[in-house]
Amino acid sequence: MAITQSEKSVSKPISTPAVRPVKWKEVLGKVIVYILLTTGAIIFFAPWAWMVSASFQPIGQIFEWPPNWIPDTITLQNYVRFLSAEGFFRWVLNSGFLAIVVLLVQMFFNSLAAYSFAKRKFPGRDALFLLMLGTLMIPGQLFLIPNYLILLRSPLFGGNNLLGIGGHGMLDSFWGIIVPYSFSVWSVFFMRQYMKTIPDDLLDAARMDGASEFTIYSKVILPLCGPVLAAQAIFTFTFVWNDFFWPLIVISSSELRTLQLGLALFILKNKTVWDVVFAGSVISTLPVLLVFIFFQKYFIRGIALTGMK
Amino acid sequence: MAVTNITKPQPYSSRFRETLRQIRKNWSAYLFLMPGLIHFAIFTVFAVAFAFYISFHEWNIIRPEKPFVGLENYLRLFRDVRFHRSVINTFTFMIGVPLNLATGLAVALLLNTKVRGQALFRTLFYLPVVTPLVVSAIIWKWVYQGDYGLLNYYLLKFGIIQEKIFWLADPNLALPALILMGIWGGTGATMVIYLAGLQSIPEEMYDAAKVDGANSLQRLFYITIPLLRPTTFFLFITGIIGAFQIFTEVYIMTNGGPLNRTTTIGYYLYINAFRELDMGYATAMAFALFAMIFGFTLIQWKYTRGDVEY
Repeated sequence: MAITQSEKSVSKPISTPAVRPVKWKEVLGKVIVYILLTTGAIIFFAPWAWMVSASFQPIGQIFEWPPNWIPDTITLQNYVRFLSAEGFFRWVLNSGFLAIVVLLVQMFFNSLAAYSFAKRKFPGRDALFLLMLGTLMIPGQLFLIPNYLILLRSPLFGGNNLLGIGGHGMLDSFWGIIVPYSFSVWSVFFMRQYMKTIPDDLLDAARMDGASEFTIYSKVILPLCGPVLAAQAIFTFTFVWNDFFWPLIVISSSELRTLQLGLALFILKNKTVWDVVFAGSVISTLPVLLVFIFFQKYFIRGIALTGMK
Repeated sequence: MAVTNITKPQPYSSRFRETLRQIRKNWSAYLFLMPGLIHFAIFTVFAVAFAFYISFHEWNIIRPEKPFVGLENYLRLFRDVRFHRSVINTFTFMIGVPLNLATGLAVALLLNTKVRGQALFRTLFYLPVVTPLVVSAIIWKWVYQGDYGLLNYYLLKFGIIQEKIFWLADPNLALPALILMGIWGGTGATMVIYLAGLQSIPEEMYDAAKVDGANSLQRLFYITIPLLRPTTFFLFITGIIGAFQIFTEVYIMTNGGPLNRTTTIGYYLYINAFRELDMGYATAMAFALFAMIFGFTLIQWKYTRGDVEY
């Protein structure tokens, strides 16, 4: 101990003068980092902030040069007009309903499959899993037309007979969105990776006690999968809420539109009502924004998890 | 049991019986898989086979007869000038992928220097990622607006341009404008993944380099970037695959115009399938797209295979 102390006291006077110039450089570096980050953040945030600001401005103010970042007069009129316009309120409900239903159905089916792949041994398991992973490389566009026709010809749906003829099948109904979205191989893959880290002894102990496989799945596995389930739930919700392409293909009735679809068709039809469109944009961003802010931890972890694989 | 397998191979029939026994014993595993399997069988396996079948037919959804046309739909791809344009546009769009990696890495490196307010910065950069694509398209349609748009205002104010530019109406600028918007929307996602990658690099490596007298630029190029290679590889592949399928921005902001200069493969495919109702041709196009993605991934894989494993 005495030696270390004397060493410290000896080294101190030598290291102090060396530290000074380094510190100056460090401070300068920090300042540059903050300047770069702040500039970048402002540029990235600006278009978004403008949308929020414009959504509270009367249309006359939106069309002004220079742009008004802070509204002269704040009005809620845009929001009132948006929500009372034909259909919009209904579209908000549709989007919320679909996002939650798809989330629940997918979590159930995905986690069941993931449990089988992660913790059970049965003939064909590895071949099946590899086959599923292999199809992930196929671009979504390849499924677009066959799946559209499959939905159109679904037996006994939408006025179809047993052979799938006569009506519009699952098209132009929520079935057409929920059924194709009821299972996701990506999500199964991540859940499986996570479940594999759960020790087998735990499951064997439960089996010894006579627990059925479903009991083990629901009472042992699921409670231990909190983080991965949360991340997947957030992803699925955000994905379905933000989705535009599939509803565009499937839905044709005005009252069944999702919010994204309604908003997009509204802006393509009415090119001048930017005030209402900005209010609608804010409303359609709000739910995913809230989910992101409240569950940021899971969001970031989930993305990092996706990225590391 | 594994030992008996090795010492004397069981006769075929008994191995078959053993498999059957295993299947019967683990019936619940198959039951758990059933919903996913049915979905996979219909919407993936059958769908691909069905698509393949459709691509050899003239398939108009309204007309009842769907005549077999052999390879005609595929041969048409070679003659269709608009399709060639869409391939060129899609590949041009991919310029955005490396740019997006660069901005994402830059922000991640800056945030990784233990700055204060890291969470706030991260949120601000990540905001465009959670914003619905439809909304992003609406916002940027206004940013690029000619008479009142934000971009023109600031470019004029700082004297970078002399007169108003109609970004989305200019055949040479519309596609770059969409690329720029893509970087805005993608940087946050790349940043988060790079941040995770950066945090997995052991601190000792930097310490060792410092002892050897490496400056910060050398540490970046000889430690950080090489060690981030698996992350970069992943981001690059997923970025390219995403760029191949770009649709929503084009649909809302430019409708493929001006002069087809923003018509991407994804958009042109949609137009053929659901406006022209030419589903056979659109499906052949989808297979061409698949072939391109597959070829691209293969090339990538070949060139980087040795480097990804550490």
